[in-house]
Amino acid sequence: MPVVLSRIDDRLIHGQVVIGWGGPLRFTRIALVSDEVAASDWEQDLYRMAVPGGMAIEFASAAEATARLPVWLSAPEPLLILTGDVETMASLVDASEGRIPEVNLGGIHHRPGRTERLRYVYLDEAETRQLQRLEAAGVRVTAQDLPTATPVPLGELLA
Amino acid sequence: MTEGLRGLVLAHAALAEAMVGAAEEISGVRGALVPLSNRDCDRDTLEARVRAAAGDQPAIVFVDLPNGSCFIAAMRALRSLPSIRVVTGVNLTMLLDFLFHRGLPLDEAAARAGEIGSRAIGGRSGGGGP
Repeated sequence: MPVVLSRIDDRLIHGQVVIGWGGPLRFTRIALVSDEVAASDWEQDLYRMAVPGGMAIEFASAAEATARLPVWLSAPEPLLILTGDVETMASLVDASEGRIPEVNLGGIHHRPGRTERLRYVYLDEAETRQLQRLEAAGVRVTAQDLPTATPVPLGELLA
Repeated sequence: MTEGLRGLVLAHAALAEAMVGAAEEISGVRGALVPLSNRDCDRDTLEARVRAAAGDQPAIVFVDLPNGSCFIAAMRALRSLPSIRVVTGVNLTMLLDFLFHRGLPLDEAAARAGEIGSRAIGGRSGGGGP
């Protein structure tokens, strides 16, 4: 299974991702799915600078990612799928035909309308329903900022 | 706030606060450095913090790492704020020197900060002279 981590993190590429998770999981490919970043060559250059040597990064909008998913999932190299929001990740999971079995909530920070669940996870009602829907469909949803932390299952997160 | 360029120190966790505190304690110059943390915020909020701290006045944004969320936020702010410059790899030597050269033109101050900061990095071994 090439997808070693499917992470929702509104900071996208940062130290926790490439060092904290990259070290233990040794992914060599990153698929960064963001409409905003996909539309900006400048932003893409910025995130390329943030990725260590030896890691390849590809950028895609949510719509493009749905189409490219089969290609990403068919390559053997360990892959990180990274999105900045719940909706984008949910659309990828829906399109994956079960090949994205887990979703990691790594950083969804405060915005108006969101309720704090953990220091690094805030969710509004729509996001909560999306995640609950994924879980009901058999996807394991946990909050875990770093691999050294204890993962918090969705049910516990929302209790 | 004293006259001259301002320095915004943008770093992970509590690092900026600690570095600014140390620099102020050593130099006696207070109010010229502003600590900013990436703690508990997304990338848009972090960029907004940098913009708010910078305002429209010339400033150098000292960032801890040449990659990561602090660097990304600083570079995104730089894109639309012509009055700031970004210097990565901030260390105490860099900040201390900056505090006594805040009258320099912005580009010259940024170049100097990088030079001074780099010169501070080195290893030493035991035995013999310095």
